[in-house]
Amino acid sequence: MEIPESVKKRLTLPAEEHFYAGHTACQGCGASLGLRYVLKAYGKKTIVAIPACCSTIIAGAWPYNTLDANLFHTAFATTGAVISGIEAALKALGYKVKGEDGVMVVGWAGDGGTADIGLQALSGFLERGHDAVYIMYDNEAYMNTGIQRSGSTPYGAWTTNTPGGKRHFLEKRHKKKVIDIVIAHEIPYAATASDAYPEDFLRKLRKAQKIPGPSFIQLFAPCPTGWRSPTDKSIEIARLAVQTAYFPLFEYENGKYRINMPSPKKEPKPIEEFLKLQGRFKYMTKEDVETLQQWVNHEWEKLKKLAEVFG
Amino acid sequence: MTEYKPIKKVVSGNYAAAYGALHARVQVVAAYPITPQTSIIEKIAEFIANGETDIQYVPVESEHSAMAACIGASATGARVFTATAAQGLALMHEMLHWASGSRLPIVMVNANRALAPPWSVWDEQTDSLSQRDTGWMQFYAENNQEVYDGVLMAFKIAEDKRVSLPAMIVESAFILSHTYDIVEMIPQELVDEFLPPRDPLYTLTDFDNPISVGALATPNDYYEFRYKEAMAMERAKKVIKEVGREFGERFGRDYSQMIETYRTEDAEIVFMGMGSLMGTVKEAVDVLRKEGYKVGAVKVRWFRPFPKEELYQLAKEVPAIAVVDRNFSFGQEGILFNESKGVLFNTDARPLMKDYIVGLGGRDFTVNDVRTIARDMKKTLEKGKVKEEVVWYHLKR
Repeated sequence: MEIPESVKKRLTLPAEEHFYAGHTACQGCGASLGLRYVLKAYGKKTIVAIPACCSTIIAGAWPYNTLDANLFHTAFATTGAVISGIEAALKALGYKVKGEDGVMVVGWAGDGGTADIGLQALSGFLERGHDAVYIMYDNEAYMNTGIQRSGSTPYGAWTTNTPGGKRHFLEKRHKKKVIDIVIAHEIPYAATASDAYPEDFLRKLRKAQKIPGPSFIQLFAPCPTGWRSPTDKSIEIARLAVQTAYFPLFEYENGKYRINMPSPKKEPKPIEEFLKLQGRFKYMTKEDVETLQQWVNHEWEKLKKLAEVFG
Repeated sequence: MTEYKPIKKVVSGNYAAAYGALHARVQVVAAYPITPQTSIIEKIAEFIANGETDIQYVPVESEHSAMAACIGASATGARVFTATAAQGLALMHEMLHWASGSRLPIVMVNANRALAPPWSVWDEQTDSLSQRDTGWMQFYAENNQEVYDGVLMAFKIAEDKRVSLPAMIVESAFILSHTYDIVEMIPQELVDEFLPPRDPLYTLTDFDNPISVGALATPNDYYEFRYKEAMAMERAKKVIKEVGREFGERFGRDYSQMIETYRTEDAEIVFMGMGSLMGTVKEAVDVLRKEGYKVGAVKVRWFRPFPKEELYQLAKEVPAIAVVDRNFSFGQEGILFNESKGVLFNTDARPLMKDYIVGLGGRDFTVNDVRTIARDMKKTLEKGKVKEEVVWYHLKR
């Protein structure tokens, strides 16, 4: 569909699309939205590697490709390694990689494929300093296999292998801080982003493109199917994740932390605001909510300190 | 064509492999250290450090990632090489399937090493033979020269569009990997004539016509993907022979046959095996011939694709075959024995066949051992039937 110039002028995101309609994501899927933004930012001169995850399916079964970019489907554990190889080959073949007019190499992996099975390959990729962007779209469980807990699943969440029940068998570990693990590699650029703040995400994608070396973005990508939430509430939930400081937006650039909260002067909302829209948290007791709130507070204070000391 | 004057170098099998990769103008190497392969990738790093090549070298954090990085690089369009052994090869297993399924002509040297536990670093073929069904071609080198030649030929065969499958060059731990021998190397310009730059089946760099590689295939499509791969492996037999012949014409060492026969013309007993132990076997054949035994040897060069027709032709003419397997498949028998017996089933060839399990975990296998096997096989031949099919030859009793 042609967008009139008058409308185009007012757009805060690029009008061009490199992610086709007709893909097979669930209604309200945050992952597909995120991938659409990635391709808006980087355009066609992009090679995307996708391991086993929802996006394997979303991208389309053979012979379809939802992406208007070269796509390499790879094994679950290998995103970091495959993009390392792609980058090395591009350099060997004389291509400019990354930067304004360079070829963009993008690893697009879920939280299971990043926090768990792909963590080693991610670490290798970061540590070796390849010119590529790794994006972890975080929907906080193994959604493609049918909602099993991952290292990135939050405290108190129901999943199919933390099912609640009489013995209150819920997720009892806090969300793994993948972004902190990434930052421990002291890479040039790492950031969190959210489907609810696409302009912020686009800005970060562009920064990741410009800064040489490995970049990492952890994108908060709601999953109505796995979160047992209404399909029209994905953006609201993503926004609340930021507003409650459950998933704060920030950047780590060359050793400096910068918090990018939309309303920096506002105190975070109580975590209940984020929890109440999602069926996955319905088994949480008051004590569980308090435990999660304590964790959020602690992490938020820690981040503010980091921004203060290394800002 | 420029006149061929070989450059003789005294090198280990590992260095022969590294020179092979260098002369093949490999563009990306992603590798992880493991004994006894390590000096291959060390040597390549040294080539880079000395400015002899500008290979992109990716020092990955595991073999699983090594093969994944090789896959990414090869799909992008580069000529890619790596090396591994035993545990490393086992860790790569998932990605071996990924490489062949993506139809990527990656060449890898595997230094045969026995799998743990118990820990071992010594020679055994079970590591590579366990990867039988991964869709990789497998070439077993007898000596350092074959390692070097094998790497060069493997690229040409693997990259041939009729094939487009990965290839594994297999060398013995220490017996080849660390033992120095004269290798005739080919001047670069002649290698270039033999092996032009890679012309890939597909790349990820056509940005106007993007492709998707490895997408989900439903039961309605998957079957045909596998059939095409099977046919590519079948076609590889022809390409192997073509390239092997061309190599012989250019450089004097003929590889046009997937098996190598040695003094088999009038042989009653033929010893069959793969890799470096076949050097010992050939030596023993000479000794046994002098002692009056009518024996010969058959070296299986290519295990995948399997030289079915060649083995049938041989088996038609030879009364008895003693397979020397430096490998074992638990619950069955030696792997080469099993495979070679299998190809004869629907044929009229019915030689007496016995399997000798030798040299596991690097147990020494000598000319005298072959003589003992010859005597045992002679008895079998006289009796006209095989009583004990699988013999654990070295067992301490």
